[in-house]
Amino acid sequence: MSAPEIPAGPAASAASPTAPASAVEVRAVDKVFETRGGLVHALEGIDLTVAAGEFVSLIGPSGCGKSTLMRLIADLDEPSAGAITVFGKTPTQARLDQEYGIAFQQAGLLPWRTVAANVALPLELHGVASAARAAKVGELLDMVGLADFADRYPDQLSGGMQQRVAIARSLAEQPRLLLMDEPFGALDEMTREKMQSDLVRISAETGAAVVFVTHSIPEAVFLSDRVVVMSPRPGRIREIVPMRLGGAVGGAVGSEAGARADAATRAERTDDLREDRSFFDMVTAVREALHGGTPVATGARGVENR
Amino acid sequence: MSRRWAAVGWGVFGVLLLVALWEGYKLVAPADGVLLGETRVLPRPTDIAMPHVWEMLGRLGEPVTRSPSAQMLWVVIALAALTTLGIAAAGWLVGVVVGVGLALVMQRWRLAEWGLLPWIVLSQTVPLIAFAPIVKSWGSKVEIGSFEWQDWMSVALIASYLAFFPIAIGALKGLQSPDRIHEELMQTYAAGYWATLAKLRFPAAVPYLLPALRLGAANAVVGAVVAEVSTGLQGGIGRLLVQFAGQASGDPAKAWAPIFGAVVLGLVAAGSVALLGVILKNYRRTEEAA
Repeated sequence: MSAPEIPAGPAASAASPTAPASAVEVRAVDKVFETRGGLVHALEGIDLTVAAGEFVSLIGPSGCGKSTLMRLIADLDEPSAGAITVFGKTPTQARLDQEYGIAFQQAGLLPWRTVAANVALPLELHGVASAARAAKVGELLDMVGLADFADRYPDQLSGGMQQRVAIARSLAEQPRLLLMDEPFGALDEMTREKMQSDLVRISAETGAAVVFVTHSIPEAVFLSDRVVVMSPRPGRIREIVPMRLGGAVGGAVGSEAGARADAATRAERTDDLREDRSFFDMVTAVREALHGGTPVATGARGVENR
Repeated sequence: MSRRWAAVGWGVFGVLLLVALWEGYKLVAPADGVLLGETRVLPRPTDIAMPHVWEMLGRLGEPVTRSPSAQMLWVVIALAALTTLGIAAAGWLVGVVVGVGLALVMQRWRLAEWGLLPWIVLSQTVPLIAFAPIVKSWGSKVEIGSFEWQDWMSVALIASYLAFFPIAIGALKGLQSPDRIHEELMQTYAAGYWATLAKLRFPAAVPYLLPALRLGAANAVVGAVVAEVSTGLQGGIGRLLVQFAGQASGDPAKAWAPIFGAVVLGLVAAGSVALLGVILKNYRRTEEAA
């Protein structure tokens, strides 16, 4: 991927669709579901820009529409109002062009396919020659540390390993955007921290932008450049908290130069960061935003360090 | 492996139990059978109604008739069973094509499911005997170019009529079985209808299809045998059933031979499909650890 040298803001990029700086642009999006109980406003007035290479988490209580927002970006649902662009294209076009890779809370592997065949599925569907496919699959399995398990079947793997296969699969088409809907939600704490560290490394290696849905504050803080805090009924963005961790200043806010700088510093995040003062400060900042701005005790005490 | 032997052991035990019941009843039952009021609920244990097991088996190794050129009874039965198996297999194949075809249409269009499914269920309530002669008489009028409708085709058609039903139902359930997450995944890969069918729906349908295909095979055999009887087709096991039953008063053990043949036929048909399941065993995995 060749990145434009001139740091372009979101406004500039909108004017030149050939070289869009932003991975995702969400403008004034509403989403209303018609249910038997009446209309449900899942999302209201959502504005969000995710720069290329930027890691953005969506966090909020159940029913705040964070998963819905991700589904709209993935073109699995359509917004009721407003517009979304993915690399300057409509979500449908972006989906057809395989601009994004996706991972869900469940691994969603096909049980009758081996690990290697599961990772190869998107490549197979898009007519990649079998030699090139095998090489790419080998590379991806190396990246997620499952090279020795290529011939196993999903039922022979642990939940964490299944999820790593799913992540490898989502990276198969070398997407510039990764959409992840609570991918580590079903994992135990130890596995989860390991997967978070892996994801930090992988996202730095691939340079892909990530939209990451979670309900764990420490997870969002550890992974992200910015954390989007949402509130429920109707789903709105309450606050966007830039992460300043380990002395680095996250100054991205939608600009690609900033995002690239952030990706570089993000790659240096290690498990030590989980015990760093700045980490707890950021956890507190997100907590306060989640709780509607009412101050909660700062510092390590009282922090839900999950 | 030991489980496989245990299964074989239980199977043999079941057969022996049946033999013991048969011979035991013959030994202890009253000469007039078991009567409930005026109604006989169990048969007389005479050699005409209930020949000894060894007589029935021994008869298989003797010639069919007293004519010097007569073949062994078991050879005649085996040849007839093979003929019927061929017809049933043809019927089964037609049933697979029709059943899977209907399932595809019903899976693709919800409206088709609503419209077709009741008729498919209704079709199985029509007694086979009722329309076998009709099929035969229609068939005899079919003549397209050099193609001429053969009588065995009527039998195969009736067999397929019984076979398609479980296959259509099983295939529909199987094609509808993929999880939403898998369907959405295919959508994110921009995979079209056919790609989704080949990579997701058919593989996911295998665990549902296998029992349906086995049921279809058993139905095809029953359908073929019954259709042979009611259309009067020569050469199959159905014809022998009727023919030898007519000779039962003079040669009671002989009448049982085609029944054994029909049982073996059903087992072979169902077993062949089980073999298919062994080949496709990887499609019966589930995502969760076993």
